[in-house]
Amino acid sequence: MSTGEKYLAAAYLVLFAAVLVYVVLISLKLTRIERELTELARLAEERRGG
Amino acid sequence: MSTWLRNNGAVVLASAAAVLLVTGLGLALLWAPEDADQGPSQRIFYIHVPVALTAYVFFGWAAWKAFRLLWKRDDRADLESYTAVHMGVIFGVLTLVTGSIWAKISWGVWWTWSERQLVLFLILFLFYSAYFMLRYSTEPGPRRARTSAVYALFGAVLLPVSFLAIRLAEQLLHPAPLFNRDGPQMSASMFLTFCVCLAAMLTLAATLYRIELTGKRVDARLRELREHLT
Repeated sequence: MSTGEKYLAAAYLVLFAAVLVYVVLISLKLTRIERELTELARLAEERRGG
Repeated sequence: MSTWLRNNGAVVLASAAAVLLVTGLGLALLWAPEDADQGPSQRIFYIHVPVALTAYVFFGWAAWKAFRLLWKRDDRADLESYTAVHMGVIFGVLTLVTGSIWAKISWGVWWTWSERQLVLFLILFLFYSAYFMLRYSTEPGPRRARTSAVYALFGAVLLPVSFLAIRLAEQLLHPAPLFNRDGPQMSASMFLTFCVCLAAMLTLAATLYRIELTGKRVDARLRELREHLT
């Protein structure tokens, strides 16, 4: 693989890595939202009960 | 049909982005002819330029939404403008990184301060990066929305300056613009590959924007709900 091809691969990898990182961040955000939603549902349930 | 599209818009966009990205990648790496001067590294062009144009589109979209907020008092536009700046900054980072890789192989340096278009893009990027500091230095509410909108709108002034710098610069280390009065400055196969890659990047960007905006809206609703319940 020539130097030019290595740099070319690096540039394309940067883009794919960015998309992958974004997917990981979105999955973390979804986990947090699910946790918060569970907490809010519990709070609403407590309010209705007491 | 429109309801179906509205409910499944992200899926449609993501599928289109995946197809276009794979097609664009195949065309860029396997089909487009190799540049006689630069060799294989010229193929970075097929991601660097679409990524840079997408960053400009996001900054322009942020300014448009900011304008809508200030003019029409459209409250939803605040979150849309904020999301556009957020995505524009991400694509700005990608522009700087892919540009640096291309500069290293073509010019032998990662960065040069003597190229006006590089410096102007960096200024544009830093300007929009500072947007977050401004936004989070004020309490949530209409005042923050208006201040952020004025800032995002002000950034629109930098857009044509940065974009036109490539055309107006006299010393060109940076490659010449894609178009001039005679049409595209490349072969037909290169131009077709570029168009597919640009469409792929814009579709990917639209998908990410939609996901990010939905996430931010859900966050805002959850915050309201929490305030209501506690």
